[in-house]
Amino acid sequence: MANFDQELDASGLNCPLPILRAKKTLNGMESGQVLRVIATDPGSVKDFEAFAKQTGNELVESGEENGKYTFLLKKK
Amino acid sequence: MSDEKKLAIIATKGSLDWAYPPFILASTAAALGYQTQIFFTFYGLELLKKDLSLQVTSLGNPAMPMPIPVPVIMQTIPGMQAMMTSMMKKKMKSKGVASIEELRDLSIEAEVKMVACQMTVDLFEFDTKDFIDGIEYGGAATFFEFAGESDVCLYI
Repeated sequence: MANFDQELDASGLNCPLPILRAKKTLNGMESGQVLRVIATDPGSVKDFEAFAKQTGNELVESGEENGKYTFLLKKK
Repeated sequence: MSDEKKLAIIATKGSLDWAYPPFILASTAAALGYQTQIFFTFYGLELLKKDLSLQVTSLGNPAMPMPIPVPVIMQTIPGMQAMMTSMMKKKMKSKGVASIEELRDLSIEAEVKMVACQMTVDLFEFDTKDFIDGIEYGGAATFFEFAGESDVCLYI
């Protein structure tokens, strides 16, 4: 598994909270650092792709494991 | 600044269900880097009250999913609206849906600008002390000053 600098567990949260929490966490991080997000909202898969595309933070990895979705976001 | 996208929303409804779209979209747009403004008018002004007592009703809303079918005449019984509101809030909590208070706080934190319609405040004789701090008061021209430059403009 790829390395990450911070982790955010957004399990159980529904739209738009995983995105809002991720954005808030990224705000406190430095450029180039990687945030790992865990979410259970199936809509978050598309949403994190869209978030990355629009904000320029790179979605390095996106995966699913036992009903949980994980995302690695590299801060712009 | 000029490459920053802009979202303008008019919020006209003051029920619990209709309170969601403006705050979900505004907070998310802000997270995506949009400069965002919401203009609250008519019943939408309820969403700016310090104490939110938003209700939901199935009356006149045949699409609302009900746990058991309730005939319309029964839905008019006193206490039904309070009961439905409480059931809806419980359901939202169990599904991890944010409360309106939380989404509003997140929107404020993300610097979403909120403008209350001065005319409606006068019309309904609202006391501005009942509204949250940090909002502006203005009219249609104030709305267009921002909306005219916006990339996305929504009437909710």
